[in-house]
Amino acid sequence: MATETTLIDTTAHAAETPDTAQPYAELGLADDEYQRIREILGRRPTEAELAMYSVMWSEHCSYKSSKRHLGYFGDTTTPEMREKMLAGIGENAGVVDVGDGWAVTFKVESHNHPSYVEPYQGAATGVGGIVRDILAMGARPLAVADPLRFGPADADDTRRVLPGVVAGVAGYGNCLGLPNVGGEVVFDKTYAGNPLVNAMCVGAMRAEDLHLAHASGAGNKIILFGARTGLDGIGGVSVLASATFDGDESAGGRKKLPSVQVGDPFTEKVLIECCLELFAKDVVVGIQDLGGAGLSCATSELAAAGDGGMYVDLDRVPLRAEGMTAAEILSSESQERMCAVVAPSDVDAFMEICRKWDVIATEIGEVTDGDNLVISWHGETVVDVPPRTVAHQGPVYDRPYARPASQDDIQAAAPDKLPRPSTPDELRETLLRLVSSPDLASREWVTQQYDRYVRGNTVLAQPADSGMIRVDESTSRGVSVSTDCNSRYVYLDPYRGAQLALAEAYRNVAAGGAQPLAVTNCLNFGSPEDPGVMWQFERAVHGLADGCAELGVPVTGGNVSFYNQTGDTAILPTPVVGVLGVIDDVKRRIPTGIGNEPGETLLLLGDTRDEFGGSVWAHVVHGHLGGTPPEVDLERERLLAEILVAGSRDGMISAAHDLSDGGLAQAIVEMALVGQCGARLLLDPDADPFVQLFSESAGRALVAVPRTEELRFTEMCSARGLPWRKCGVADEQSNQLEIQDVATFGLDELREAWEGTLPKLFA
Amino acid sequence: MTARIGVITFPGTLDDGDAARAVRYSGAEAVSLWHDDADLHGVDAVVVPGGFSYGDYLRCGAIARFAPAMTSVIDAAGKGMPVLGICNGFQILCEAGLLPGALVRNDKLHFVCRDQWLRVENNTTPWSTRYDSGAEVLIPLKSGEGGYMADKPTLDRLEGDGRVVFRYVGENPNGSRNDIAGIASEDGRVVGLMPHPEHAIDALTGPSDDGLGMFYSALDALAVAA
Repeated sequence: MATETTLIDTTAHAAETPDTAQPYAELGLADDEYQRIREILGRRPTEAELAMYSVMWSEHCSYKSSKRHLGYFGDTTTPEMREKMLAGIGENAGVVDVGDGWAVTFKVESHNHPSYVEPYQGAATGVGGIVRDILAMGARPLAVADPLRFGPADADDTRRVLPGVVAGVAGYGNCLGLPNVGGEVVFDKTYAGNPLVNAMCVGAMRAEDLHLAHASGAGNKIILFGARTGLDGIGGVSVLASATFDGDESAGGRKKLPSVQVGDPFTEKVLIECCLELFAKDVVVGIQDLGGAGLSCATSELAAAGDGGMYVDLDRVPLRAEGMTAAEILSSESQERMCAVVAPSDVDAFMEICRKWDVIATEIGEVTDGDNLVISWHGETVVDVPPRTVAHQGPVYDRPYARPASQDDIQAAAPDKLPRPSTPDELRETLLRLVSSPDLASREWVTQQYDRYVRGNTVLAQPADSGMIRVDESTSRGVSVSTDCNSRYVYLDPYRGAQLALAEAYRNVAAGGAQPLAVTNCLNFGSPEDPGVMWQFERAVHGLADGCAELGVPVTGGNVSFYNQTGDTAILPTPVVGVLGVIDDVKRRIPTGIGNEPGETLLLLGDTRDEFGGSVWAHVVHGHLGGTPPEVDLERERLLAEILVAGSRDGMISAAHDLSDGGLAQAIVEMALVGQCGARLLLDPDADPFVQLFSESAGRALVAVPRTEELRFTEMCSARGLPWRKCGVADEQSNQLEIQDVATFGLDELREAWEGTLPKLFA
Repeated sequence: MTARIGVITFPGTLDDGDAARAVRYSGAEAVSLWHDDADLHGVDAVVVPGGFSYGDYLRCGAIARFAPAMTSVIDAAGKGMPVLGICNGFQILCEAGLLPGALVRNDKLHFVCRDQWLRVENNTTPWSTRYDSGAEVLIPLKSGEGGYMADKPTLDRLEGDGRVVFRYVGENPNGSRNDIAGIASEDGRVVGLMPHPEHAIDALTGPSDDGLGMFYSALDALAVAA
C-alpha cells in the first residue's frame, strides 16, 4: 500500500496532495465510504488514517450491515429485564449482577475465517481475544467454552481443520489456566469451506470493581503493555473477517493473503495476572484490550468513550519487526496487548506492577483537552481525526432483505413421507446408527484435550448440558453457561429456529439446576449482500429478541460474523445463543448421569409430538432437510426451567438431561453411559415408539428422581401444569439399557457406538 | 502449631490456587512462595504446583529450575524437607535433579485430561502414608508431556528400591515407562507425580477426594518430625 513517495504521509502532506490515488478498495472500503472519510476530514486521509478507517469501518468492527437490526435487541429489553444488567451491548462484554455482590461478565466471539486459513493459530487467538475482552471489564476470567462447526466429519479437509482447531483451543486455553467447560462440535457440509470457531469466556468480579474503558481526564497517560507489536495479522478484520475467501473485483480476482495472528498463551497468562493486580491496586482509570484492528481500535474507542482528545506517539510503541510503517503499527493485530489509561500519579505504581510480572509497559501518549485523536510518527502528525468518526460513526447499511422464493419449497418438503423404522429390529438399528453418527457421538475425543479441572471450581463440564463454575467458595454461589444452535432448524425457519436455540440453551442451564439470567450471542451468517441471507439474519434477530423478552432474560451483548460462505453457498444460518444462569449453592447442581441414588425413577417432562423437520434422524438416515422445525413454546420452557430449578433446590432431582438432538433415545443413552448405570425405559404402548424415541419436540427433559421424592415431585409438576410421564427406572445392578418391547442394549455396546466414532475419524 | 506448607508460583503456574486449597483442606496453612524470592518463609514442606511455567518454552520446567525459590528448595530438600511436585512441578523437580528421569510428550501426541486410576505402590513416603499399599485412587491427569522416561539402569533402581510411588492402572495414558505415574527421591522425601491430587479433594469439583491423602500424609510426617 505504498504511495508514490516514501516520505511520511503527514496530515499536512495529505492536505497538499488531494489527488493522490489511495488503495482504499484493496483495504475493503467502498467508493462512497472513502468519499465520506474525505468529507469528515475535509481532505484526503493520510496513509495511517486510511488504515484506521478501513479497519474500523470493516464489517467486523463497525457492524455496518447488522447495526440497523441489532437495535431491536435494545428495543425489546424492558426496564425490568435491565435490572440485573450492569453493562450491556456496546461494552467489551455484558455484565450481570448474580447476587451477593458478584458481577459476572460473559461473551462469545467468532474467529471463523482465521481458523480455516490456519486452524491452530486461528482457534488459539480466538480464545485469547475473548479472554482479553473479559479481562478488560476488570473481571477475572473463570472459564471458556467453544462452539465449533465443521464440514462433514469424514471429509478430508475436516481432518485438517478439526484437529488443528481443537489443538489450538486446547493449547491456548490450557496454558492460560482456564477450564473449558462446554461448547459444541457440529458437522454439516455447508461448513466445509467455512468452519465456525466461536469462543466464549465467562469472568467474575465484585460488582463495585466493574471497569468501563474510557480515556477521560486531560493529562492522564496512555500506557501500552503486554507483547511487542509486529507484522502479524495486519488487516485481519478488514481483509479476512469481512469478506469471503473468493477473489473479489476490487482485489482483481486474486485470493487475499492470509493475515492470521500468532498467539503466545504464556504472555497472556502473565498479562491476566498483571491486569488483575493493576485493577486490585486501583492504579488504572480503564483498560482496553487490543484485538481486531489493534491500536486503531483501542485508541479510537478509548478516546471516543472519553471526554477529550488523545495524543499518541507511535515512535514509542515497542516493535518486534523492523521498518514498520505508521499504518502497519496502527493496524497490527499482534496478540496479548492491552492499553491502559492511568493518572499521572499512578504511573510509577503501574510500572512497578508490570515489572513484577515482566510485562513490557510503555507510556505512548496522553489524554488531551482537544477534540481529536492525534498520532505522530517520527515527529510528524500522521493522524488527526475526530475519534467518534472512526469508532462509532462508521457507515450503516440498510441492506435489502427478502424471503427467498425457495423458502416455500424448503418448508413444503416435510419429512412425513420418509420411510420410518417400525419393527423392533429396525428401531434398534436406528438407535445405534444415530448414537454412533458424528452428529450425536461422544465429544470426548475433543473435550479430553481440554483441561476442565484447573482453578478447582468446575462443578459441571462436558458432557453435561451446561458448564457450571463455583464463583464464591465461602457461599458456594455459582454460574453456569450453555451455548446452543441447531442451524438446521434456523434454516427451515430463522425466527423459530433462533427461538429454539434460545430455548435449548435456557433449558440446558436449568437442567443443571441454575436459574437462567442473561443471554449473549454470536450470529454467524453468509454474505449480507445476499437479500436471502439478510432475511435470515433479520428474522433470527427478531426471533431471538422476542424470545428473550418473553422469557424475561436480557441480551447483554453479542457478535456478528458475516460472509461465512463458500462461493455462492452460505453456511446454514447459525445464531449461536449463550445463556448464563446463576445457582445459589453449587452443591445442589444436577448431574447428567443416572445412578446417583439407589432406585431412581425416570420421568419424562413435557409433550412429545411427531416432529422431525430438521431432525438428526432425517439428516443422518435420509440426508433430508426440509419441513418446519419443532414448535416452540417459551411459556412451557419457562415452566420446565422453574420445575428443574425447584427440583434442584429441594433435592428432588438426582439427574437431568434436556431432550434435543436425537430425542429421548439419545438422552437415556447418555444418562446411562455417563452414570455407568443400567436402566429400563417404558414407552407409552398407545403411541408410536419411533416418535417417542426420536422426535425432537422442544420443551422436554428426562429426569431421574429418588423414589422417596417421586410423589412430591410429580405432585409439584401436576399442580403447576407441567405434563409428566413415568417412563422407567435406573438400575445400578444392571449393565443394560432395556427399552421394553423394543430392544435391549448392553452398555458396552452403546459405549462403543457412542465413544468409538470420533477417535476412528480423527485419532 | 499448624504445619505451614509453601506453594511456589512461577510466571505461568496455573494450579497454585488449587494446591493451596488442598493444603488448607488438609488443615495446614498454605504459604504463597514467589519464584523470584529465595526466602522460603520458614515453611515445613513445599508443593511445586502444575501449570506451564515460563510457557514451558525451551523444555518443561527447564527455566523454572533456575528460579531463586528453587535454589532454596533444592537446599531444603537436601536437609530432608518434604517436597511434592505435581505435573509441571514434577517436571521442574526432574530438571532440578531432585528426581531422576524426564517427562516427554504423550505417545498419542495430544493433551489428555481424564480421571485416572492410580495404584499406590509405596506408602512409606511423607506424601503417601495415609494410603494402604496397593490401594487404587482416582485422580485427574491433565498433561501433554506426561510420559515418564529414564534409562534402564535408573528404572531398575527405582523399581528395585521401591521408589515408584504411584502407577497408572489400566490403559497407559501417555506412554510412561513401566506405567509410572509418580516416583520418590532416594531418601523418599521428594515425590513427583503427573496426576493432580489437588483436583481430587472434594467430589463436588473432582472425581473423588482421594487426593487429600497426600496432604494428610505430609501433615502426619511433619507432626512426627515435630
